[in-house]
Amino acid sequence: MSMALLQIHEPGETPTPHEGDRGMAIGIDLGTTNSVVAIAQNETPEVLRDMHGTGMVPSVVHYGADGSVKVGSAAMALMPEDPANTVASIKRLMGRGLADIKSLAGTLPYVVAAAEGKDGGKGGMVRLDVAGRRLTPVEISADILRALKARAEERTGLTVDRAVITVPAYFDDAARTATRDAARLAGLEVLRLVNEPTAAALAYGLDSGAEGLYAIYDLGGGTFDLSLLRLEKGVFQVVATGGDAALGGDDFDHAIAERLLAERGITAPDIRSVRAALSSARRIKEALTDAESATGTLDIAGGRSEHRLDRTTFETMIAPLVARTVRICENVIADAGVKPGDIAGVVLVGGSTRVPLVRARVEASFGKPPLADIDPDEVVAVGAALQARALTLGEGTLLLDVTPLSLGMETMGGIVEKVIPRNTPIPVSMAQEFTTYQDGQTGMMFHVVQGERETVDECRSLARFELTGIPPMPAGGARIRVTFGLDADGLLTVSAAERTTGTSARIEVKPSYGLDEDEMIEMLRASMIHAVDDMNRRLLIEARVEATRVLAALDSALRADGALARPAERDAMQAVAARLKKAAEGDDRDLINGLVEELERVGKPFAQRRIDRAINAALSGHSLDEVEAGMAPETARDEVSPGASSGASAPHSH
Amino acid sequence: MNDTAADRTSAGPGAGSGASIGSCWSCHGPVDPVALFCHVCGAVQPPGAGDHFKRLGLTQRFDLDPAEIGRRYVAFQQRLHPDRFAGKSARERAIAELHAVSLNEAHETLKDPLRRGAYLLQLAGRASPTAENRTIDDPALLMETMERREALSEATSIAGVVALAEAAASDEIALLDALKAAFAADDLDAATDRLTRLRYLRKFAEEARARRAVLAETAP
Repeated sequence: MSMALLQIHEPGETPTPHEGDRGMAIGIDLGTTNSVVAIAQNETPEVLRDMHGTGMVPSVVHYGADGSVKVGSAAMALMPEDPANTVASIKRLMGRGLADIKSLAGTLPYVVAAAEGKDGGKGGMVRLDVAGRRLTPVEISADILRALKARAEERTGLTVDRAVITVPAYFDDAARTATRDAARLAGLEVLRLVNEPTAAALAYGLDSGAEGLYAIYDLGGGTFDLSLLRLEKGVFQVVATGGDAALGGDDFDHAIAERLLAERGITAPDIRSVRAALSSARRIKEALTDAESATGTLDIAGGRSEHRLDRTTFETMIAPLVARTVRICENVIADAGVKPGDIAGVVLVGGSTRVPLVRARVEASFGKPPLADIDPDEVVAVGAALQARALTLGEGTLLLDVTPLSLGMETMGGIVEKVIPRNTPIPVSMAQEFTTYQDGQTGMMFHVVQGERETVDECRSLARFELTGIPPMPAGGARIRVTFGLDADGLLTVSAAERTTGTSARIEVKPSYGLDEDEMIEMLRASMIHAVDDMNRRLLIEARVEATRVLAALDSALRADGALARPAERDAMQAVAARLKKAAEGDDRDLINGLVEELERVGKPFAQRRIDRAINAALSGHSLDEVEAGMAPETARDEVSPGASSGASAPHSH
Repeated sequence: MNDTAADRTSAGPGAGSGASIGSCWSCHGPVDPVALFCHVCGAVQPPGAGDHFKRLGLTQRFDLDPAEIGRRYVAFQQRLHPDRFAGKSARERAIAELHAVSLNEAHETLKDPLRRGAYLLQLAGRASPTAENRTIDDPALLMETMERREALSEATSIAGVVALAEAAASDEIALLDALKAAFAADDLDAATDRLTRLRYLRKFAEEARARRAVLAETAP
């Protein structure tokens, strides 16, 4: 395709395609209730919003009987009429087995299928039966991530293939791996999983230039985290972190909803009633932030009823939940070996921190009013975007993180021997010695677990592996050194070696509740359907970018050298340009590309005349640079979009 | 010490072993064995042998300013953390990770007076007074410890537990001064004795916290 219309270059200065260029990296807050995507192309990060200016995307997915997938407010709108095929709060199920969610099962509208575990149904992640499909939480989360990726690509006009995704600090290894797997399915390479409170601190600290020890109180929809960070000259050092993975603002809603249903005398509510009660409860909760009392309606089978709740009663209902968060705060502070007085400030994150009782209790506990001058809903995604930038450039903020949960090994009697205690800075490598308990024992089973409890059955099982070939020795004779390595990504590698003979075994830990490689491959294959959509969308975006560039260049060329165009040529070019402009607003990629070519064709004589003039000017003593600079200052490519060469020559399209 | 060195060679990319000391793994030019980066090609060099004090550029002594330890740690991480090597070779990132692991280990050991003191004794070839299996052989300390624990188990109010914990905390401050004096005078016997006491005080503080949590849980 000729580019003569728009570009005049010195020989040898032809711009080369950006072969080494990779897509953009984004920051994603994948929340229980809402998700947010942000980007930091330069120093100032930006939340990517829809056309109404809304940054939050409800973490809701609707699966249609026709195979359609809707995410966000579109899915939310379908919830009342089709609750069974609308999935919300999927984050609560990430990396969970069936046994983990027995307590939740009553409140879930969709059927939770028995796990098809690889070890006879014992392990394995839960499945959800929706719209005739059996889906894992990983696949459902991947659909949310795809929607966020698409929003970023549409907003920026760039390809996005990498992300920093935030997770609750208290997410265990199974939930973290599930999040990584979901990203992989959505076509995103995870640069790092960053803890939500840490991401909030990144955004807050950078914004305010704060220094010293800060506490981040993060009460999300489904989780509570408290993190202590030391902020110093662009370095964010996590000192300690703690929380509760099953305590969040949703619990406030549930408390109100139960009350509403009880007032109606409903003891065994159906899905629709639960959903209606919950959404009424949420509105009452939000209203009580400013008002002393609020009224909500419950419109379900059996009629419509009005319910009143005053703030004092609400606060009595949620006081035990808030007290639990305060106790966790005290423990984390004690863990870190600091005094509440050492803390320079408390930052509030998460929509539920808008509840006045939460603010009051936090203030009483820390002895100072909390800082809430940042948007608690968007700050996490902004921090993630900043970290994505730092990790792609190798500069900017540096995050020194810790491991949030202890890692250990099962020993005799089901007791856990901790190898890496929680709050240990990562990367880290720690070793412990174990021995045999039987005479002549030649093999040893290792069971890697995560958690704070003393017995194996109360911790999360991460992996099992075996060391064989130990030379027969009396019990207690062998010296087996087990080394746990955690890299900067928090990924665990465990190795075991018998010290006298050097026999060794090594395992990359994949959680027992995770997906095995076969399952992943199967899902990746299934996601190829989406990949085609993704590809088409990207090509469309590239075509639009190219059209915009061509139109801008034509405009400036006509302004600079309009005299060189004959009236008929000018009319022809402008007619095609008008058609192109209209086409670029639509979705027909072929039409856009075709009109770009058409414009090149009708503009060729004009372009040729410009080149001739430029050469003449150069020969008559003017520098080509001068002429070129005066002619078309805006034609310098790549200002618009790095890597956006014409659709046909994009190196990754085939 | 030996264990640390062994870990480093087994986990490392192999460049850190004795044979290549004095030459850069990347450009093969000469490089100072203690240099962090090659002055010719700029490649990061594997962490050399050396104790935790050297790692953070600190003098080997007990009396150190905690803020200074933290500043050194952060300054080294800022240059050597693997996240600083985005787009660099896998080998450079692996080396950076070894640095980060060593820096974390050094910082964790030195920032806590109890661990710092025990580490100094270990460097001096003394048995660790903080090992889990050590029993108390000082009758006075034994008596004191038992009395404290008894008072704790008899405390029925949160205020009572807090008072005991505060008494232990002020004892700890006095003990840290005594520890400083012992190390300054190079009196390692006294240092060992005081570290043992410190360890028991820490353990008591933990028990007091647990007791307090139990009382808070049962109280309305």
